[in-house]
Amino acid sequence: MSPNQAPSVAPAPAGDREDAGTGPAVRLRALRKSFGAVTAVDGIDLDIARGEFFSMLGPSGSGKTTVLRMIAGFELPTSGTVELAGRDVSRLAPFQRDVNTVFQDYALFPHMNVIGNVEYGLRVKRVPRARRRERALEALRTVRLQELAQRKPGQLSGGQRQRVALARALVNRPRVLLLDEPLGALDLKLRQAMQIELKQIQREVGITFVFVTHDQDEALTMSDRIAVFNDGLIEQVGTPAEVYERPASAFVAGFVGTSNLLSGRGAEQVIGSRGVYSIRPEKIRVDTDLAVPARDGETGATGTVTGVVYAGATVRYEVALDAGGQLSVVRQNEGTAAGAPALEGSRVRLVWRQEHSFRVSEGSGETHR
Amino acid sequence: MTVSRTTRLVLFGALVLGLGVIYFPLLVVLLNSVNADTTFGWPPSELTLEWWRRAIGNEGARSALWTSVRAGLAATSIALVLGTMAAFALQRYRFFGRDSISLLIILPIALPGIVTGIALNNAFRTVLGIDLGLFTVVVAHATFCIVVVFNNVIARLRRLGGNFEEASMDLGANGLTTFRLVTFPMLRSALLAGGLLAFALSFDEIIVTTFTLGAGLETLPIWILNNLFRPNQAPVVNVVAAVLIVASTVPVYLAQRLSGDTASGGRL
Repeated sequence: MSPNQAPSVAPAPAGDREDAGTGPAVRLRALRKSFGAVTAVDGIDLDIARGEFFSMLGPSGSGKTTVLRMIAGFELPTSGTVELAGRDVSRLAPFQRDVNTVFQDYALFPHMNVIGNVEYGLRVKRVPRARRRERALEALRTVRLQELAQRKPGQLSGGQRQRVALARALVNRPRVLLLDEPLGALDLKLRQAMQIELKQIQREVGITFVFVTHDQDEALTMSDRIAVFNDGLIEQVGTPAEVYERPASAFVAGFVGTSNLLSGRGAEQVIGSRGVYSIRPEKIRVDTDLAVPARDGETGATGTVTGVVYAGATVRYEVALDAGGQLSVVRQNEGTAAGAPALEGSRVRLVWRQEHSFRVSEGSGETHR
Repeated sequence: MTVSRTTRLVLFGALVLGLGVIYFPLLVVLLNSVNADTTFGWPPSELTLEWWRRAIGNEGARSALWTSVRAGLAATSIALVLGTMAAFALQRYRFFGRDSISLLIILPIALPGIVTGIALNNAFRTVLGIDLGLFTVVVAHATFCIVVVFNNVIARLRRLGGNFEEASMDLGANGLTTFRLVTFPMLRSALLAGGLLAFALSFDEIIVTTFTLGAGLETLPIWILNNLFRPNQAPVVNVVAAVLIVASTVPVYLAQRLSGDTASGGRL
């Protein structure tokens, strides 16, 4: 894989660091990690720009957390290098690296109160007491928790602990902030609120965020760029729009958004050539009038509705194509259709714009952009 | 669950009887230590502190107490270091034979004291060629003191879970600072509880001690055994027994308080 191009979304300037060094915030080269016979990370090249909100997305066991732990220094790479702002830190201990981590379980020290937790990093760096108090309170203000400074972690809710963990990391003004599925333990409403807040805080402080998640919505919502991991490799790096609209492989198409693949005979008949094609379910129109010819730049296929799933805001149709293969279609629930379920079993025509179906590489493996 | 009045009375009676069987004799020992009657007639006709005064002045009892304290402290120290290290190894790392080692560490507390005693006696004298003395008692006691420290520490580590050490190092603390500011404070109450229990175990141990103690040395329990049937020493034996009761009860009580102190994560 060639080094990545500059991100399409211009990153914010990297805050007020004077000792900025050279090179991207994080640069990984041919990074590998094996645990015994198991290869968790199988040779990764990646550049993360300064000030970027970068997500590493993938199923569990895809190697994303291992990469994060190698950037933090909790794991040493089997081979390859980790650079932070142009400096090779591959063999340095965690406390020698200018990065901080927000852990999945927060790992707040239970025997210290909130302010004690937040100022810990400054304390071990021997920042004078008054100065570190001041900075810790400032960090707590950033996460809107200054009134809970004297509480113990055991007396906080999940969302509050999450903010304390964030403040404890941010107070050190690290070059890079690593977040290991930090929202995983929160309930849905709180998680959505925190997604927006986290993104705001990142813009405010201007620090590079590297965010590990298995939740595609989270990655799409928050990131400047996303790397999609599968089986120890990166399948694709791109902006949320690129990854969603133009998945580079069948895996990415399936993992980010709903999988809708046409292959083999179906693809040959509908699209005109063999190969694997991806179409997003919401890009497809359902037409009950089979006779209407396809307009310019559109592709169409006839089929039978085999299932209708009502989901409130949307309705999903499963359609078995006459040419072979199965497509899902998601339509807004506009309430004008004379009862969506009535479509079940009926013959329909599916229509989409040609550019919305595109070829993806089969299965997983290295991909080229 | 509702229980009928009769059942409740019967259960309460059983409770009183059970606790009575255990604690009434101990109470008698405590009372007899201030009983003026040398034949321990019951009930005591008159109370006196004479036996306490004599016990304090008793050379044999005092040196036995000193031996017991030294043995207890030394065995506890060894147990604290080794038990903690073993707990860390078994809780944090996965390695071949991990479960067997866990069993082997806990086993000594279940082994009959007489077996441990004979085995260690043989090993020390014939195999290792070490003369029996205070050192051999300390080693022997440490074998079962490790168990209580190990159990306390591993329970604490399990309950804590989490990656506090990683978090600490991530925030810039090296290994030593991490131990000082994070690991040790979180284990402190577990270590204290384990240490107190270990000391209590060592302090009143008699069987293993019998087989591993050098000639001319006496721990407190051994001194009691040796003086129990000497009529003129009997009142002093009661005093020493009373001291042993208190010396064993207080650490166990404190240890229980500390182990229960979980919510605060060990404030002591």
